[in-house]
Amino acid sequence: MAGELSGILEHVDRIAKLELENVPPTAHVVELENVLRADEPRPSWPRQEMLEPAPDSASGAFRVPSPQAESE
Amino acid sequence: MSSQRGENELGELRVHELLARIADGELSGDEIFSTYVEAAIGDELNAYLWRAEPGKPGCAGMGDGPLSGMPVAVKDIFCTEGVETTAASRILAGYRPPYTATAVRKLTGARLLGKTNMDEFAMGSSNENSAFGPVLNPWDTGRVPGGSSGGSAAAVAGGLAPWAIGTDTGGSIRQPAALCGIVGLKPTYGAVSRYGMIAFASSLDQCGPLTRSVTDAALLLDVVQGRDPCDSTSVGVQGGIEAPSRENLSGLRFAVPAELTHDAIEPGVRTVFEATLGKIEELGGEISEVPLPHAEHGISAYYVIAPAEASSNLARYDGVRYGLRENGDRDLIDMYETTRAAGFGAEVKRRIMLGTYALSSGYYEAYYGRAQRVRTKIVEDFDAAFTSADFVVTPTSPSVAFGLGEKTDDPLAMYMNDFFTVPMSLAGIPAISIPAGLAEPEGGGPSLPVGFQIAAPAFAEQRLLDAAYALELGIGFDAKPGEDENG
Repeated sequence: MAGELSGILEHVDRIAKLELENVPPTAHVVELENVLRADEPRPSWPRQEMLEPAPDSASGAFRVPSPQAESE
Repeated sequence: MSSQRGENELGELRVHELLARIADGELSGDEIFSTYVEAAIGDELNAYLWRAEPGKPGCAGMGDGPLSGMPVAVKDIFCTEGVETTAASRILAGYRPPYTATAVRKLTGARLLGKTNMDEFAMGSSNENSAFGPVLNPWDTGRVPGGSSGGSAAAVAGGLAPWAIGTDTGGSIRQPAALCGIVGLKPTYGAVSRYGMIAFASSLDQCGPLTRSVTDAALLLDVVQGRDPCDSTSVGVQGGIEAPSRENLSGLRFAVPAELTHDAIEPGVRTVFEATLGKIEELGGEISEVPLPHAEHGISAYYVIAPAEASSNLARYDGVRYGLRENGDRDLIDMYETTRAAGFGAEVKRRIMLGTYALSSGYYEAYYGRAQRVRTKIVEDFDAAFTSADFVVTPTSPSVAFGLGEKTDDPLAMYMNDFFTVPMSLAGIPAISIPAGLAEPEGGGPSLPVGFQIAAPAFAEQRLLDAAYALELGIGFDAKPGEDENG
């Protein structure tokens, strides 16, 4: 895969030759306006439904392995 | 392959024709649905990852509405409540979303016929990156249908669905539509909500129709477009979309990019493209050339921006909240690594690595920063082009459908399939591919469909569909898979 990635980056490097000094970057093409709304409470997704697709859950939360390897 | 297409007349009708028959009482939504369920069950193209079963409700959340029970095939990138949604990735195998994507929910009255196969997380141009096997092109089952919406395109072209929705990030609706001989429309970025659509590159992803006619594409876009409070980038198309009725192109100006390098285009595709320009003139349209000097750098910019966004979006697949978990009995970091190594396919890993590299400290400005500036130049090129032209036209794809496995060893050659579709995606403007004729592939063989791409300024979907409709009438493309050229 290293060779493939180098080949792709070599192609991408063509843009290094372009004159882009004073060109602003475009992150998004839609001009977004800030939208304000009333801060009204709404129901959120039921916890149990959200936990349903999880590989493991316990006590109403996602359960994951310990972040620290067990020292044996 | 004629067995793939419905034997009776019902399977030949376009959606707007089916709806007219329902309104006249000649057909019922149930009849149409059961005919297509049967066709989908006989799928030999691997177009579907999930199919409706006769008599079962399928997906919740589509409700009652004007689509009168019309079956619809949905790319497996859209979340469908209670129905397995995988984005063709092992990492999401078995995932049943708790809610339905807005674009699917808006198909009120329609019924979910099936979830269509695709390139994993929509990354690909041949549908060979699906974790569940490639889709076959109904015109020649030794060839690819294009991608990433390859299942949707093959299903519609092969008579396994009357219409479908897909997503287009760099050409993923238009290119498979072209390679399968159907209509594919990428709307303006922001026309359709992305809520519930599994994210690949969020500043580019857009939902759109794959259909057998321009009229059906207009109908489907009208239904799915609109502002959605759940997607702050969705604005909708002002005034909605009406069925196109224009019969000529008089007074309309079509521009061909001056840099369109004919060398990169297959001779057969070039012939059909030039004949279509002739048809435009016959219909009263004007043909001119415009410079789009930065379009050729679209691929470079795209293959930095899209992987960069993907590397961030795909961080969520970590074996915690949904999908695959591997090595859950070891420590957390080990679980993350093993899950992601086992769950993602080669192309997805390639793009996550490219994206992570392009965003890394020290390389950010050289890659991501420059790519975003190239994006600005491409936007400016199109803005300038649209001061002297109503539309920009190109072939949709440089070649007709290629053979399975032909380009899988060379990612860069695969990326070049997107050469003509990526610039419009970067600019966020709408573009449609319509079938323009048949051409013999390079190296010989039976003739295959060629797509003609028309791009318009942002939110000019109505004008785009009107022009595409007039051209569709003028071209009169009526070839179908499984027929010989005189058939």
